[in-house]
Amino acid sequence: MPVNTSAIGKTFAPGTYAVGREKVKEFANAVGETNPVHLDPEAARAAGYADVVAPPMFAVVFISQTMTPTLFDEEVGMNFAMMVHGGQKFTWERPIVAGEEITTHVSVKDISEKDGKGFYVYETISKDESGETVVTGEWTFLVRGV
Amino acid sequence: MASFEQGAAIPELKVTPDRFLPIRYAGASGDFNPIHTDKEYATMVGLPSTILHGLWSMAQVARAVTDAAGGPENIQSLEVQFRGMGFPEQEITVSGTVREVTEGVATLDVVAEQNDKAIIRNAVATVKSA
Repeated sequence: MPVNTSAIGKTFAPGTYAVGREKVKEFANAVGETNPVHLDPEAARAAGYADVVAPPMFAVVFISQTMTPTLFDEEVGMNFAMMVHGGQKFTWERPIVAGEEITTHVSVKDISEKDGKGFYVYETISKDESGETVVTGEWTFLVRGV
Repeated sequence: MASFEQGAAIPELKVTPDRFLPIRYAGASGDFNPIHTDKEYATMVGLPSTILHGLWSMAQVARAVTDAAGGPENIQSLEVQFRGMGFPEQEITVSGTVREVTEGVATLDVVAEQNDKAIIRNAVATVKSA
């Protein structure tokens, strides 16, 4: 069965995430960050930040909240039982600190098929409160046996 | 900010995720797919055991890169492909080399391996270089 490409270009309602100090510390500990700018507000302030700095991969936390429900979109039609996360790209414009609110916009960048596999590419654009882009994400999911 | 030279290696990062790490990462990240936390479920869907979250393994690549670059403010991008599976309680080694340095930006080629198999390959990072 060929993949349905009609959802290419589809956009979803944006979502806003409030970055909290304790969540940043929890995430930093889970990924093994030892740089005190992620863990200690005083160390972060001494380094010139307003509060603890989110590790770059914390983008996963504020993006997933908005993006994950869109992966189940019926028009996109991914077969979750056969899906794996194939590739990931992030582009960071600047560090994000606790206390910021980040709004993420999600769209379907591409859907294609090759060798019996479906390739579903999502794009996320995360912006700060002034509307400046802070993180861009490209998420590639592979679905076997399409 | 660090200064990078073409062909140089970045410091290796070695990490052994403990048995409960995927549970902590599930809570921290919000990814509760049971293939990472429930051995019964994982084996039922054909996996040898619970497996690591790919994005946790990518975070180890990011950590090696930001440590080498002198802090989180110096990483500009990271692109990875997930290959194979990573498992708890086995050591992971992240290593990388500097492909080129152009106009204050270094491009790094990075790989994460476990038991001599790549779990993240073709990782490319760009970082600021003094």
